Amino acid sequence: MTVRVLLLPLLAVLQIGADEVLAQPVVIGSKNFAENYILAEIAAQLLENNGIDVERRLGLNGTKISFEALANDAIDLYPEYSGTISEVILADSRLEDWEDIEAALAARDFMLLAPLGFNNTYAIAVTGEVGLEHDLQNISDLKQLPQLRVAFPHEFLNRQDGWPGLKVLYGLPQRVRGIEHGLIYEAMANGQVDATAVYSTDGEISRSGLVILKDDLGYFPEYRAAYFARTDLPSGVISVLSVLSGRIDDVRMQELNRAALAADTSIANVASMFLVAEGLVSESAASPGFLPQLWRNTQRHLKLTVTALVLAILTGVGIAVLVHRHRPLSNAFLYITGLLQTIPSIALLALLIPLVGVGQKPAIIALFLYSLLPIARSTVTAMQAIPPGYRQVAAAMAMTRPQELRYVLMPLAMPHVLAGIRTAAVISIGTATLAAFIGAGGLGDPIVTGLALNDSSLILQGAVPAACLAILTEILFTGLERRLVVPHMRNSGRR
Amino acid sequence: MADTMVATAAEFSSVSLRRGEVLALDEVSLSLPLGQTTAVLGASGSGKSTLVQLIIGLLRPDSGTVTTLGTPIDFANPRPMRKRIGYAIQDVSLFPHLTVDKNILLPATLSGWHEAEKRARLYELLELMQLPAGVLERYPHELSGGQQQRAGLCRAMVLRPELLLLDEPFSGLDTLTRKSIHEQFLEMQQRAPVSTVLVTHDPQEAINLSHGLVVMKSGRVQQYGSVAEVVENPVNEYVRHLCTALEGIRT
Repeated sequence: MTVRVLLLPLLAVLQIGADEVLAQPVVIGSKNFAENYILAEIAAQLLENNGIDVERRLGLNGTKISFEALANDAIDLYPEYSGTISEVILADSRLEDWEDIEAALAARDFMLLAPLGFNNTYAIAVTGEVGLEHDLQNISDLKQLPQLRVAFPHEFLNRQDGWPGLKVLYGLPQRVRGIEHGLIYEAMANGQVDATAVYSTDGEISRSGLVILKDDLGYFPEYRAAYFARTDLPSGVISVLSVLSGRIDDVRMQELNRAALAADTSIANVASMFLVAEGLVSESAASPGFLPQLWRNTQRHLKLTVTALVLAILTGVGIAVLVHRHRPLSNAFLYITGLLQTIPSIALLALLIPLVGVGQKPAIIALFLYSLLPIARSTVTAMQAIPPGYRQVAAAMAMTRPQELRYVLMPLAMPHVLAGIRTAAVISIGTATLAAFIGAGGLGDPIVTGLALNDSSLILQGAVPAACLAILTEILFTGLERRLVVPHMRNSGRR
Repeated sequence: MADTMVATAAEFSSVSLRRGEVLALDEVSLSLPLGQTTAVLGASGSGKSTLVQLIIGLLRPDSGTVTTLGTPIDFANPRPMRKRIGYAIQDVSLFPHLTVDKNILLPATLSGWHEAEKRARLYELLELMQLPAGVLERYPHELSGGQQQRAGLCRAMVLRPELLLLDEPFSGLDTLTRKSIHEQFLEMQQRAPVSTVLVTHDPQEAINLSHGLVVMKSGRVQQYGSVAEVVENPVNEYVRHLCTALEGIRT
């Protein structure tokens, strides 16, 4: 009783302490397209400038993974769009008003911070030339122009909230074609297409001089952007981010997206320039240099692969040693590990998210499962290939099972076991680059960002070091074989 | 006390064993004495290797009992019995990943001998089997066939076994090498006698090296007796046929 009374004030002090200084960094996520990266980076730099520790898990692969990450505490906030929240996350398209969405989220302990200002929805765009010629302002104006050449991205052609509904509501007479999203701007610049559907904040719009028509009948749902968080987000974080409310309109977002497309500008630079221009940050934040960034990614990459590999060696070799004498059991074991191998890595990662969230844990589990087959198969095969005479001699020598394993079976199997581990290691280093899609970091980070920005130099910053790691691994294993296997039993370097 | 109880090297009473489809041993009863070399002679598939694998408990009889060194085999814990036996087989005997000295000394290593003890025993055996010390640091595949078999014998002998089981240890050698290794074996048996069961398909080898002779065919003992008894009074056509080639060679 007295102890509890004495402890209460202490606990209260700790509570306050925890509230004032955030014990853990705020983890900021983003999806894997440029605009989402930029908004996440803006939040990250703004918080850092206000003395709050931030951890970045950018480039998560789509809405589902990002939301799972938020729901499972793997991240604390990420930029999201009102339309996506009602359509995908709440799966209730009747929720159109911001207030209704907020209420529905609150019931599930989530919240949206204040809207940033812009609305990144589908929009119908025409080339500047056609717009001038026919004096086009609204989508309704298209009704009079059946000869217009219209091409839409395939997704828009088929989506419920895309062309089918638009055509009916506005009574549009044009025949439309489907086109690859990446080709639209070029086709319009070449005058092959007059009108299309774009995202309203696309950086290419201003660059290509396209004109966006007003959705005068209010067909497209709103996709207003805001930071999406759980309701337990510390109030300090909310108040710092509130200064961004309404600061980024459609045009501003288009400019930022366009800036990010420039080859020599990183996302961090775009965010930093925005914050300085808005007077929200006095000095542009030094973005981490190339080498420290590379070192951090490589370290993380090694941590993922080495952890998974060690677990797979212990499990794979361990189980193989236990079951190799028993054919049906070994076959079952190999069958199961083989089955795991056939699951595509992205699908496996996605399957793991509801179980263990995002970040390093599912990445390590997936790499572990992939490493298991080569290691288990080579160990079982090597053990079963040992001539029975050696086992007889070992048994006749009165060896115990552990002695047999140590003095006879393992040394004889070692060359093949090492070859299996080597294969697993090289596969893991490659596969680990995909871990960036679920926020595990590593050398996949620049690759995923590079893919989102169509920036091949960024992709190479991840791909080249990963390839180097794979080569180093080969060299390491050649050395390891030299230490562990006598010359005439080696796989490689035989003379 | 245990030693005084030991009357035989190995005793089989009505032992039968099926290996797959084949009846490898069919109601075999035998009593192999201590202090002698007994050869088990037969063609391949006659059940002769099965016999020695039963003695050391690598196989378990379907029916009947095997008594090794005076004690029925305890299959739950055969290791104490196995430590008293040296075993060498053809071809795969030496471990390819260990140098020759490590191979020979492996049983001593497993028994926790001290380094000095091991070295002393190693040189004793080298001298006994006339192996040059130069082979010790090499790997088995770098040795000649004769050297490999001698090293295999050394390993079987390292723990000073009470019983030596040799399964075709000298087959696959050329005639000259075989002859010299036979001589060494006989000399070794003179200097440090050890009860031996020798499996062979070669009648000449059996007669040169052993006192007693077990002739096997299709899992059955055809005849068992001293070399002289068998050669002079073969019980049937099969045994007679085996022995005709040997007239005059007999010592």
